[in-house]
Amino acid sequence: MDLNQSTPEPPVPQQPADTTPRKPRFRFRRSLETGIFVVFIIVWAIFLIGNPRVFTEFHIYYSLMSTIPFIGILALSVTLVVVLGEIDLSFPSVVGLTSWVFATVFALSHNLLLAALACFGVGIAAGFVNALLVVSIGIPSLVATIGTMFLFRGLTNVAAAGNGIALSAARGHFLYEVAVGRLFGLIPAQALWMLGLGIAFWFLLNRHRFGGHLLFVGDNAESARMMGINVARVKTIAFVQVGFFSALVGILSTLEVTYFWPNQGTGFLMTGLAAVFVGGTSVFGGMGTILGTFLGALIIGSLEAGIVSIGLTGFWTQFIYGAIITVSVAIYALLMRRPH
Amino acid sequence: MTDTSTTSNAPELLSLRGVHKSFGRVKVLKGIDFQVGSNEIVGLVGDNGAGKSTLIKLITGVHRPDSGEIFYKGQRITIHSVRSSRMLGIETVYQERALGDQQTLWRNMFVGREIANRLGFINVRAEKRETERLLREHMGFTSGAIDTSSTVMYLSGGEKQGIAIGRALHFNADLIILDEPTMGLSLSETRKVLDFVRDIKNEGKSAIIISHNMLHVYPVADRFVVLDRGQIAGDFRKADVTQDELTDVMIKLARTGSLA
Repeated sequence: MDLNQSTPEPPVPQQPADTTPRKPRFRFRRSLETGIFVVFIIVWAIFLIGNPRVFTEFHIYYSLMSTIPFIGILALSVTLVVVLGEIDLSFPSVVGLTSWVFATVFALSHNLLLAALACFGVGIAAGFVNALLVVSIGIPSLVATIGTMFLFRGLTNVAAAGNGIALSAARGHFLYEVAVGRLFGLIPAQALWMLGLGIAFWFLLNRHRFGGHLLFVGDNAESARMMGINVARVKTIAFVQVGFFSALVGILSTLEVTYFWPNQGTGFLMTGLAAVFVGGTSVFGGMGTILGTFLGALIIGSLEAGIVSIGLTGFWTQFIYGAIITVSVAIYALLMRRPH
Repeated sequence: MTDTSTTSNAPELLSLRGVHKSFGRVKVLKGIDFQVGSNEIVGLVGDNGAGKSTLIKLITGVHRPDSGEIFYKGQRITIHSVRSSRMLGIETVYQERALGDQQTLWRNMFVGREIANRLGFINVRAEKRETERLLREHMGFTSGAIDTSSTVMYLSGGEKQGIAIGRALHFNADLIILDEPTMGLSLSETRKVLDFVRDIKNEGKSAIIISHNMLHVYPVADRFVVLDRGQIAGDFRKADVTQDELTDVMIKLARTGSLA
């Protein structure tokens, strides 16, 4: 009881001071973020000790900065859908489809801006297709996006007919430099995109009205509706932004190698989702951590290189992925165990 | 009847006149006349299936009456939706659906009505400060274990409803509807909820408490309306009736199906 002496407020009515000892109220998001940070440090320390020669030099970080942002940006974006208690499995196929659009429009027009706009348009449209199935028709997102995962990939296969498309002409273009250029010849631009988007997503989820609505809809859609939140609109925006950022990753990943190939993006599904869940965002919705996803992407994205460089064969990769994912998810489940 | 001047003689906040509602061939409400005065706490009592929740859904805009009129602050109104009833200042507190369990208190307090700038960014400090003030000054949360960043899931059932009632009062609801607020709560939790209901009274606002248990609402209600099979079976001012008499009435109603 902490009544200030000088406050002119009326005294607290009849309520007796609550003297019963209570369990400390755990703030699980903060403890999750501490947890993932510890995991991140441990994994990195193992790499550092396992192969100090590689992990004390800039080269490995340069290489990771050029590859991690693709799954990183996807994972950040998908985190918003997971916060809703939904899932999107179609994003790697949207990466493939939008990459094809990007490469094709560029090959025909030699206009990088036009290609990018067409690519974003298709990404947004793909997001709307998912939103239509999940929000308007009411198909569970797991099922709906398995469908669109095949649909968009199939569309890409049919359109590309197995052919890759070279985009070497894009090199040196201003937009190319903005997307995947090298700042001072050292920092891949996509790493800056991931960092900037990480900060933006953090503010969106934790400080913006829309983020609050995402959390509430994921937590208790009925209560959110009663508090005047347009649940359908919130869900629609969440799926559409995944389409948009899948298109961005389509552009970045295509320009990075200046080549489109028809199965582009397929490797992003499990790694992207793993980054979200290793990061600590709950599959049940209502809770999510952008910092966790960011660190999760760094962990997942550096495992393969790390495992090989500490001297294990590539055969270990999946085993260690699995170990890290299951252990961390189990820890989070224990941390988040509800009272009663 | 669009002339509102003839209806504003009574200090009534809400008034339902001759309201009927059927679902298919089932007549759920058969000519209900129901009033809530300003700064009055009304206990709406009745067995399961008496029509309590349908009546509430008409007031909160979930359903619309087949016939009859609804007056609010002397004006005849049509409530189109839950949102429009909230705009009028009618807020419902459901035990299970009131709050987001995994969210902090400050988020729950301002959800859907965030203090935000033009770009939509929430002023977290202002929301926390205001929540803190509500907790300490108006809701009697003195325990140091609860603060604005506490997660709702760690609150007890009574505390959760306290938050929801405090939220409704903060946003100037004139009529707060509590749906079975004490169901499943322990005695001490029930007492807490009733204290929160007294806050509604102290702030000069009105409330409807729905309950199938007369004993739970007796201490705080000013008036009791007994609903039975779609009709008002009794209307008692607390001044005119003791708790025992009221209980007898309920038993008689349950046994014989009428108060005659």
